[in-house]
Amino acid sequence: MYKLLLSTRYLRTRFIALASIVSVMLGVATMIVVNSVMSGFSSEMRTRIHAILADVSIETNSLNGEPDAQAQIDLVNKVAGEYVDSVSATVEVFGLLHFRRGGQWIPRPVTLVGIDPAAETLVSPLTENLDSYRTVEDGGIVTRPALRSSDEPAGWGLTDEALAYRKEWKARQRRFFDGWNTNPEAEPALEPLMDGEPAFAPEPQFEDAPPFSAAAGQPSLATEPANAPTAAGPDGILQTAGTKTAGPEIVNADDFTPLVEEGLADEATARSAANPFEGDLLPTQVISEQEAEQDIDAPLPGRLYVGAGLIEYMREDPRTGKVSVERMVHPGDDVKISTVSTGSPPEPTHFFATVTDIYKSGMSEYDSNLVFCNLEYLQQMRGMWDPQSESGAITTLKIRLKDYDDAERVVSLLQNVFPPHLYTVRTWEQKQGPLLAAVDIEAAILNVLLFLIIAVAGFGILAIFFMIVVEKTRDIGILKALGASSRGVMSIFLSYGLALGMVGSGVGVVLGLLFVRYINEIEGVLALIMGRKVFDERIYYFPSIPTQVNAFTVAWVAVGAILIAVLASVLPARRAARLHPVQALRYE
Amino acid sequence: MVGLVLLDPPYFKVDLPIMTDRLTFPLPHLSTVALERTYLKAQVRIPVLRGVEMTVNRGEFLAIVGQSGSGKSTLLHLMGLLDQPNIGEVRLHVEPTEDHPAESLRIDNLPPATRDALRNRVFGFIFQAYHLLPELTVLENVQSPLMIRESVLGYWKNRREYRDRACEIIDRVGLSHRLKHRPSELSGGEMQRAAIARSLISRPEILLADEPTGNLDAQTGRDIMALLKSLNDEGLTIAMVTHDDNLANQADRIIRLANGRSVDLANGAAA
Repeated sequence: MYKLLLSTRYLRTRFIALASIVSVMLGVATMIVVNSVMSGFSSEMRTRIHAILADVSIETNSLNGEPDAQAQIDLVNKVAGEYVDSVSATVEVFGLLHFRRGGQWIPRPVTLVGIDPAAETLVSPLTENLDSYRTVEDGGIVTRPALRSSDEPAGWGLTDEALAYRKEWKARQRRFFDGWNTNPEAEPALEPLMDGEPAFAPEPQFEDAPPFSAAAGQPSLATEPANAPTAAGPDGILQTAGTKTAGPEIVNADDFTPLVEEGLADEATARSAANPFEGDLLPTQVISEQEAEQDIDAPLPGRLYVGAGLIEYMREDPRTGKVSVERMVHPGDDVKISTVSTGSPPEPTHFFATVTDIYKSGMSEYDSNLVFCNLEYLQQMRGMWDPQSESGAITTLKIRLKDYDDAERVVSLLQNVFPPHLYTVRTWEQKQGPLLAAVDIEAAILNVLLFLIIAVAGFGILAIFFMIVVEKTRDIGILKALGASSRGVMSIFLSYGLALGMVGSGVGVVLGLLFVRYINEIEGVLALIMGRKVFDERIYYFPSIPTQVNAFTVAWVAVGAILIAVLASVLPARRAARLHPVQALRYE
Repeated sequence: MVGLVLLDPPYFKVDLPIMTDRLTFPLPHLSTVALERTYLKAQVRIPVLRGVEMTVNRGEFLAIVGQSGSGKSTLLHLMGLLDQPNIGEVRLHVEPTEDHPAESLRIDNLPPATRDALRNRVFGFIFQAYHLLPELTVLENVQSPLMIRESVLGYWKNRREYRDRACEIIDRVGLSHRLKHRPSELSGGEMQRAAIARSLISRPEILLADEPTGNLDAQTGRDIMALLKSLNDEGLTIAMVTHDDNLANQADRIIRLANGRSVDLANGAAA
């Protein structure tokens, strides 16, 4: 009883010991905050990666893929059907995305993924990541509502807004090229497309036939002079051409016809030279091309979801400091894709496609890299399509499982039927192994370092307790004279250490949790004080600091701190226990 | 003429005529046999006690006198098991009853836990510097031996009884108006009274007092002595160390220590 009474009484009366509580408290709070933030980042990252990658992936070792997608899907279902929730077949290949900006073509390296949206939505979230399904907010105010409802299944159709936008820029383009027309009754000079832009068209420098005529029955795509590096793009900035030459440099497909007939040029070259906006159209055409002949503004048969990071940049308004997102490509624009075909020998191939939507998953690695294409079109462009069996080759099968715990089992089952010389079967974690391992190691090292803070606090307790024991030498003598055992005296100081540890730990946990809860507000205050942003969303790709409090982590941090406090009090307590009563009583 | 009664366990020999007065028929309570205590300080041996033979009798008020440095306090500490002798024995004499005869028990070589228990229950201590625990109130200080004896649960069960006992003893020593005060708020005399109350709470058999009035003024000292005498009249054995001959003369018997040895003096006889 005396131990309890004395240790609690010492807690109340000895304020210097509270200083050691503060150090324990700060150490505990720091550990909790850091662990929560790291956990939040890591968990967000894992969630996003996992969502994109699906649970298990089967990839062919060759970029040419393996034929007969459906047969492979059936094989997966046959072997592991009980575990499998859904399968999506895709073609993944590297490529280049070219889009026009400021009168120039800008290439970007991308991973081209040919998907069937219906199958893909079963395997990984698609509509959640597409821009047209999202509302655009600015500080809580909706600036653009969702263009599609979340019930609408993902597909390749354009929204009305995209179609309207497409119509407008195509009309501008036609007007621009009409300016080349010598027909004086043509529409007058262009209206200004953007501020600061000249309101007139440059003088046409060609006296020959206009670069295209709709009456020529060509596919309804705006063409441009082959040697003209400039034209009005979607943002419509006009630039004069300094390198145009006089003479019949303007070509159209008809010019090439005699050459083609003589076998000196192939049709593809003819078309692409005449019509840079037109994709190489193979004999087997998708239906939309016939439709396109009727509707000059119709989107191209190739459709894309383009990753946001490829065509976006963050812009800080110098006056307000507000960060806004600027897009260089919008749904309805046409862009060019270059990749390799599966021919023998493989050839570079390219086609034009219409951007249907913008894809933003939140993982910059993917948003700056992925372009989704309609699967059949990509297969046809690459020569992976077999017209006789009406099936295509695929490079990847993405599988979603009913329960992710079965992943290892499923992988081993599938490895038996998808031979390793042709396929690589992996879980998403194995695919992203190095990245996740790096994050785990970083977290572990950080924890060790932070625990040293608490260890330092422990030394503080050690020093203070020695001081207290020396101060209490006489009292220890009194207690022993009254019949207290050495062990009892020792346990007074051990329980004092325990009490200090518990108080420090408890307050530290509360402080840490409060800090985590209000971390974004605190970051705002810090930014005010320091005059610059602490957490810059342009860099970190999160709108606010993600945190995740793990109860187990909080518990072991608190328990560890208490343990250190108790351990720190052992040496002084032993010294107290060893004091001789007579000498202790005589102590001045 | 009072002579020492030799004790040869388990038999009780009486060499004197039987008298009812305890002064003429003393029963030993605590005795030392050839007690030696030597301190070792920086490789130098300092002998303090060189073979002390003495006895405290039941119900006696014994004064231990001697010059400064003669080992009085050391003797008291050895008697109260605060220290252990290098050579010799400390013996506690159990009161004879109808069931068993008188018995003397060597107590200086018992296990530490037993010695702690003896200090808690059999002996009471008071010191020149009072030695109260500064963080506790008077009431808690007085109850501290009980708190040392009991676990939290045990103390909680008997808390009312202990509190009543403490209040009673505090009342006896005349300190009822200071129950909730801390030692820093008490005068010297009040502190010594509190210490006396603390030493009595376990109902000890022997009270060991080390210069109890050393830090007090004359009047307060007299009050304390009066209190001790009244306790002694009620049957408490008291052994008091003092360097004041006046106080020593108020005792029943005086033992003088000189050169580390004891000389027994009859009451009132000069050295």
